[in-house]
Amino acid sequence: MTAVLHLDNVTRVHGDGATEVHALRGVSFTARAGELVAVMGPSGSGKSTLLTIAGGLDEPTSGTVSVEGTVLGGLGNAGRARMRRTSIGYVFQDFNLIPALTAAENVALPRELDGERSRAARALALAALEEVGIAGLADRFPDEMSGGQQQRVAIARAIVGERRLILADEPTGALDTDTGEEILRLLRSRCDAGAAGVLVTHEARHAAWADRVVFIRDGLVVDESGADSAEELLEVSP
Amino acid sequence: MGRWGAMSIRQALLALLEPGPMYGYQLRAEFEQRTGATWPLNVGQVYTTLARLERDALVEHVDGSGADDATDQSGQHGPAAAQVMYRITTSGRGEVSAWFTTPVPRTQPPRDELAIKLAIAVTLPGVDVASLIQQQRTATMTALQDYTRLKRSGRASRPDQAEDLAWSLVLDSLVFDAEAEIRWLDHCEARLRRAAVEGRLHTPARPTTPLTRPQPATHEEEVTS
Repeated sequence: MTAVLHLDNVTRVHGDGATEVHALRGVSFTARAGELVAVMGPSGSGKSTLLTIAGGLDEPTSGTVSVEGTVLGGLGNAGRARMRRTSIGYVFQDFNLIPALTAAENVALPRELDGERSRAARALALAALEEVGIAGLADRFPDEMSGGQQQRVAIARAIVGERRLILADEPTGALDTDTGEEILRLLRSRCDAGAAGVLVTHEARHAAWADRVVFIRDGLVVDESGADSAEELLEVSP
Repeated sequence: MGRWGAMSIRQALLALLEPGPMYGYQLRAEFEQRTGATWPLNVGQVYTTLARLERDALVEHVDGSGADDATDQSGQHGPAAAQVMYRITTSGRGEVSAWFTTPVPRTQPPRDELAIKLAIAVTLPGVDVASLIQQQRTATMTALQDYTRLKRSGRASRPDQAEDLAWSLVLDSLVFDAEAEIRWLDHCEARLRRAAVEGRLHTPARPTTPLTRPQPATHEEEVTS
């Protein structure tokens, strides 16, 4: 499997002098195509900083971040913005949809910003909405949809145009248990289809949908749980 | 065996006989249909349990289904044991009905090895409690990932028979258990860190000598009062 996201010895220091905060203290981290990785840690552990740096929304103090082989630090602002529109999908806890735009318009936006003609962008948006199971809601506005539906729109926006890296920051935080599970199922299937996903969460039950769970404490990766082995123990004997 | 005592095997097998008579191997298959191999049951256990149920007149042989000496006194099971079909008796039905109408007692907290281990660890010098917690969290998370994978694939993901639904509910139980354990570990970690930061946690350097009077207050009470 190829590395879609790679962080190499990344540090992030906020402030300086007496107020200096080391949010990340040398994190190396990889997410490969077809893999969903969960990052777990208490608040203040650095997990959200890791995600914003991975998504090019923030820059590391030292170390490098590469997305599909391109080092983000070498790109400059415009290049990074383009990278975010074409390669990186971001899903937030509070959906971050634009209230004045319909579902389809919200999803089409990153494509239009990238210079796609609006008819083509809409076609891509409709395909993405179809993929997340809400093609029928394309012309609704965010306030006409439930939380779960809005998060589906946000996921459609994150995957529109074949983006292969999906970063999700507590995407189920504002949803009830069943709806949250649907969203995880969606992220999971997107990764099974070849994307790389990084899911930041403090809920063990949600992290358990991932192939790997990375534990972060005080800006350092302290441990990692892969998943294999124990499965046979639970298989029903014929 | 932990929380999976001999008592529940006995009750579960007896209850599975309610709908109709069965052979021992069928009982085992029916049990695993509902519970996966979460609590593996060997054939010997099934026959031993059936022998005891028979001794207590809760089940009986179906006439002509096998030899009377199928299970001998020493607990050995000859080939004849497999050919005995068992049926539930009237008093057996009474016992099943009592099982279903009585809550499972919670007088003895079920998961205690980890709680005990941690309770001992935090009081001993030289135990790295932080890594104990992290190692356990990783192990429990791995199990939780496995349960989740079983839930989203296979017969538990689209239960269309009662037995499949039963199995998916057993998986949910395992998921909730593992999740609760991880939450508790997170909680322990946070409290221990806070205690360490506030500097009010001193582990005894050597075994505390037995006190002849009740200890007046814990460290926590001294700080907060």
